[in-house]
Amino acid sequence: MTRQKRITSLIIHIVLIVASLTMLVPFFWMFLTSFKTITESTQVDPFVIFPKTWSTDAYKKVLNTMNFLLLYKNTILMIFFRIVCAVVTSSMAGYAFGRLKFKGSGIAFSLVLFQMMIPSQIFIIPQYQMISKMGLPNTTFALVFPGLVSAFGTFLMRQAYKILPKDLEEAARLDGLNIGKTFVLIMAPLTKSNTIALSIFTAVFAYKELMWPMIVNTDKNSLVLASALAKMQGQYTSHYPELMAASLIACIPMILLYLVFQKQFVEGIATSGVKF
Amino acid sequence: MKQQNLRHTTTRNAFFWGWVLILPTMVGLVILNIYPMIKTVYQSFCKTGDFGRGNIFIGTANYAKVFSDPVVWQATLNTFKYMIVEVPFSVIIALFFAVLLNKNIMGKSIYRTIFFLPMVAAPAAIAMVWRWLFNSQFGLINNVFHISTHWISDPSIAVYSIALIGIWSDIGYNMILFLAGLQEVPREYYEASSIDGTNGFQKFHYITVPMISPTIFFVLVTRIIAAMQVFDLIYMIMDRSNPALSKTQSLVYLFYQYSFVQKNFGYGSTIVVLLLMFIMVITVFQMFAQKKWVHYN
Repeated sequence: MTRQKRITSLIIHIVLIVASLTMLVPFFWMFLTSFKTITESTQVDPFVIFPKTWSTDAYKKVLNTMNFLLLYKNTILMIFFRIVCAVVTSSMAGYAFGRLKFKGSGIAFSLVLFQMMIPSQIFIIPQYQMISKMGLPNTTFALVFPGLVSAFGTFLMRQAYKILPKDLEEAARLDGLNIGKTFVLIMAPLTKSNTIALSIFTAVFAYKELMWPMIVNTDKNSLVLASALAKMQGQYTSHYPELMAASLIACIPMILLYLVFQKQFVEGIATSGVKF
Repeated sequence: MKQQNLRHTTTRNAFFWGWVLILPTMVGLVILNIYPMIKTVYQSFCKTGDFGRGNIFIGTANYAKVFSDPVVWQATLNTFKYMIVEVPFSVIIALFFAVLLNKNIMGKSIYRTIFFLPMVAAPAAIAMVWRWLFNSQFGLINNVFHISTHWISDPSIAVYSIALIGIWSDIGYNMILFLAGLQEVPREYYEASSIDGTNGFQKFHYITVPMISPTIFFVLVTRIIAAMQVFDLIYMIMDRSNPALSKTQSLVYLFYQYSFVQKNFGYGSTIVVLLLMFIMVITVFQMFAQKKWVHYN
């Protein structure tokens, strides 16, 4: 390596390290604050960065006042059913749109594209009115409701099926499998990586959703992590160690999953791109 | 004859199976999206009765009210301010780091992991920690830099502070999309231009940007649409008593307040229809503008 190249590489690393640390500051601060006492967190002269004694009081307090097990359960159920619904319906439709030529498919698919282009707030009031008319607020079904089908998932799976080679399908058909069986037995297993991508995408955005859970599930036993945090902030206004402890407890599982399944996470969200 | 028969059955089969397979999605889209959209548009012409019950058709009265409502116009302005700051910065910074990371450098995946981290954190948690960082008295930022800026309660800067959080949250996401786009650019292009003696900036300008212009376009369109819908951050950061609230609340925030706090579905619908109009105009404009600068192969 020439001298100039080495210097360039050094500069690039310095820039990247500084940027990375800046990106991490909020997470560090969340972590450090959560182990402070309230007095320590509001001390400015001198300003405290690292807690003197790592106090776990904030954690004890939030674990006592908030039922995190229940919040996790509600959130996981919502995510689980949203994934199942999105994967099943989108795979079916994706296969049909990607591989079958049939009358009406063009107009049906334009409906899918149309939905993807419309901001989701336009659907929310009537969706809420339906849930409330059915008497189903404060249920898992209410949380899953807007995600029963997925236009975006359909779009993604259509692309996945479209690029599969033709011969496998033809061989299966010659062996006497009908279209339904060919889809389930031969084609669907070939889209595993896309299905995983769709699942992760669905999970992340369901986990991050705030407005819909806040609207339909207001009872304290049916909150999800996001809406519980929002509610908590109102009650603990300036008790930042508690707020940070609760935030961290709510974020840790997703962050751990991300660190373990990084490649799938990044692919899942990159292949998608679309987030309306 | 037999051949023709076979083709006929295949066509019929495809028709049958095609519709069976798309049926759940289609029924879902009609119930969950098409019908609600029509209903929202209808409700925007209605007055909602007390406790959110009943629709009384009042024609264009809501629209007349929206167009003369200074709160709505201020919210529109706030939303545009947020978008005009958040989108360019999050896109340019992301592109810059994507280009750096596209080189063969050590620890590439670690940097990528860190930049992407905000993407998997709950927005409610992100908002809370930033609110704490921004705290004018005890916050990290003011105490480290020995300043006393009222980041989120000074009406003239609060919306930009919130945009800063948006930028921080979205850089990683945009970067991942750019990295995917950059991988498609053939290495030979850069090698050939190195022989011609171009510098890094020229390569970026003449090769990278045109080659990934479809990705840039896609990121811009989706980012703008997402930024126009900003809600979570504003909802979490701005207290009802915050003096800067009126200068930061976005259209979706107003929509939420009218629809689900005041249960005034009619006026809420009108605001969201207005938002849809803005988004459509911007998107259509971009579709036309792209012909000038986006290069598809």
